[in-house]
Amino acid sequence: MNLELTPEQQLIRDTAREFAWRELEPHAQQWDEQDIFPRHAFDRMAQLGFAGMLVPEEYGGVGADTLSYVLMLEEINRVVPALGTVISVHNSLVCGALTMYGTEQQKRRYLPALATGEYLGAYALSEAHAGSNPAAIRTSAVRRGDTYIINGTKTWITSGASAEVVILFAVTGESDRPHDNISAFIVPRGIPGFSVGKPENKMGIHASETTQLVFEDAQLPADHLLGEEGQGFRIAMSLLDGGRIGIAAQGVGIARRCFDEATAYSLQREQFGVPIAEHQAIQFMLADMATGISAARLLLYRAATMRDHGLKVSKEAAMAKLFASELAMKSAWAAVQIHGGYGYVKEYPVERFFRDAKITEIYEGTSQIQRMVIASNLLKSLRGHTA
Amino acid sequence: MDFELSDEHRLFRNTVREFAENEVAPGAMERDKTHEFPFHLIEKMASLGLMGIPFPEEYGGSGGDTLMYAIAVEEISRADGSLGLTLAAHTSLGCAPFYMFGTEQQKQKYLVPLASGKMLGAFGLTEPQAGSDAGSTKTTAYRQNGQWVINGSKLYMTSGRIAGVMVITAKTDPEAPRTDGITNFIIENPTEGLSFGKDEDKMGLRSSITSPVFFENVRVPDDHILGTPGEGFKQFLQVLDGGRISIGAMAVGLGQAAFDAALRYSNERIQFGRPISDFQAIQFMLADMAMKLEAARLLVYQAAWLKDRGKPYIKEAAMAKLFASEVGEDVCHKAIQIHGGFGYITEAQVERYYRDVRLTEIGEGTSEIQRLVIARELLREARRAVAEV
Repeated sequence: MNLELTPEQQLIRDTAREFAWRELEPHAQQWDEQDIFPRHAFDRMAQLGFAGMLVPEEYGGVGADTLSYVLMLEEINRVVPALGTVISVHNSLVCGALTMYGTEQQKRRYLPALATGEYLGAYALSEAHAGSNPAAIRTSAVRRGDTYIINGTKTWITSGASAEVVILFAVTGESDRPHDNISAFIVPRGIPGFSVGKPENKMGIHASETTQLVFEDAQLPADHLLGEEGQGFRIAMSLLDGGRIGIAAQGVGIARRCFDEATAYSLQREQFGVPIAEHQAIQFMLADMATGISAARLLLYRAATMRDHGLKVSKEAAMAKLFASELAMKSAWAAVQIHGGYGYVKEYPVERFFRDAKITEIYEGTSQIQRMVIASNLLKSLRGHTA
Repeated sequence: MDFELSDEHRLFRNTVREFAENEVAPGAMERDKTHEFPFHLIEKMASLGLMGIPFPEEYGGSGGDTLMYAIAVEEISRADGSLGLTLAAHTSLGCAPFYMFGTEQQKQKYLVPLASGKMLGAFGLTEPQAGSDAGSTKTTAYRQNGQWVINGSKLYMTSGRIAGVMVITAKTDPEAPRTDGITNFIIENPTEGLSFGKDEDKMGLRSSITSPVFFENVRVPDDHILGTPGEGFKQFLQVLDGGRISIGAMAVGLGQAAFDAALRYSNERIQFGRPISDFQAIQFMLADMAMKLEAARLLVYQAAWLKDRGKPYIKEAAMAKLFASEVGEDVCHKAIQIHGGFGYITEAQVERYYRDVRLTEIGEGTSEIQRLVIARELLREARRAVAEV
């Protein structure tokens, strides 16, 4: 057991921290209020290597370990969780899919552009009728000669309007095993028949785009298939662990910021003649937040290091994601409560973090899905023992 | 970072687990009924080197570390919470004060037999009027004819009447404000004037001994002072910081036992034509239990790891104790719920875990005291950060 960070990991964390507070924090409020996705901020993150953290160096990435990636995400999410979402989707899902399943040609074509931020990536799996149950997607891709003809609408697509490249999942087969009917595709923006639908008006993470993607007889060259036909569902499932670790980092980042704001406020706000930090009621909330944060970080860092050691982390990633996301929501609640009336107005950042926190319990698998994943792993190992 | 245990720690855990499963668990339910203290298990634990894990071999210990000690308390508690508490109190409260504050002579005389398991140690802090407010001790010691004369009483002393030696706090300077003027004394058992009340009848941990202790003109020489006279309060706060790690480990062990039972039972119990583990209502409880136990264990290990490296760990130990004890309670509660009516029956064992784990939210500082400790450290850090800007 060793709980120390390497000098490289510390450097990545410190770089991300300094960048986030210097370049993101001054604009965070405005981006939130005006629903602005700051593409230039993404470009700056890319310059620092954050857009290709897990991409091997030979494809233009940093080739960092998962723990470094998680440390970077935590720092971005302490300041602008919406950009944490963007960078997490871009790294974990888009770069992850291409790194793991792309042909040499596909990797050469897309990964350097993604890693340098020339391209922003989006990931299109969910549909109106297929959320927690992604096998129920209906978007179809029919092969005609050297082209796939794609029809359907994808929903809740982060970076949908700005992304240059989309990892798309669509039905290509008709077997009675729905899991075998789905394929993954690399879709560049601008192919005929592909358009961006209406942007969603969201509770939080306003500085990220969330749109529909609409495919009407869209034509995609057949060499843009990612992996094999029928492999799509398994590709999607294999990316979940990494994605969940990313959202767990987001939850930890949000919880830490809520704690920091609540602590600072409680020391300067006076009621009954003393700073409210002197009151046990406030102290206990702070103690519970900090304890939860310490626990969440350990779950998160354990999942990340296990992944770096090549171990299967489905259960650990789900635990980290579930715990951290529920902690983010609880911490945001407590932070608003400690701020009292000031927590309810936009002058203080906790109002924004309260709205942003909620999404962590929903995307990349709701809390309920995480519990199903954890339970099935527990029961599988029990039955493995008794068998 | 690496969360894997070293080979040495893993091997150690396997050894303790095997001992706990084969020799401790089988009699645990019976001892809970009879309140019988398992002296034979203390002997076996001594022969395995478990009675002084984190102390150097020259003082009778095993030369292990805090992480090993936490692992041992966890594994023993998983089989029998009473024995887990006895081990934790003996090590953290009985032995540690000698190791931390004893002179070489005191270490040779007391720590060596304690850490090698030849006798049990105990610690006397709590009094009828001094619980969370442990500084308001009423027990007094005054000098007379070159000796100290001790009068007063202690409450809830784990292993009190069966201990060979105990360390207790007494006020030596009645004029000193509140927590000042408290001194730690070494009291051998038996000693003239030292007596014990009837063992407390407890909700749980029923085969651990909990004694009321009385001092009536107990006379001890100067060399029975442990550490610096008048510094007793500060000293026992330091003792408790380390002790919290083991109470956290105890809660994790009990919670793990309850979880294991619930998981097994949910897979065997058929209702509505299938194992109840097929139902989301049960699955979600199991998922939450497993997740929280993992988090609790990581917090305990983190505190132990920090202590072993000489890093600050007070806040982390309090977090581990607070979180693990509340998780232990929650997990045992859910384990009974999953067992349904059978969980309420002693034979299922989970009701014992539930009664046993309840103490971990109280002993060695209540959850409320842990939150105060954590908040004090947090606010100190925050004020320092503000001052530095």
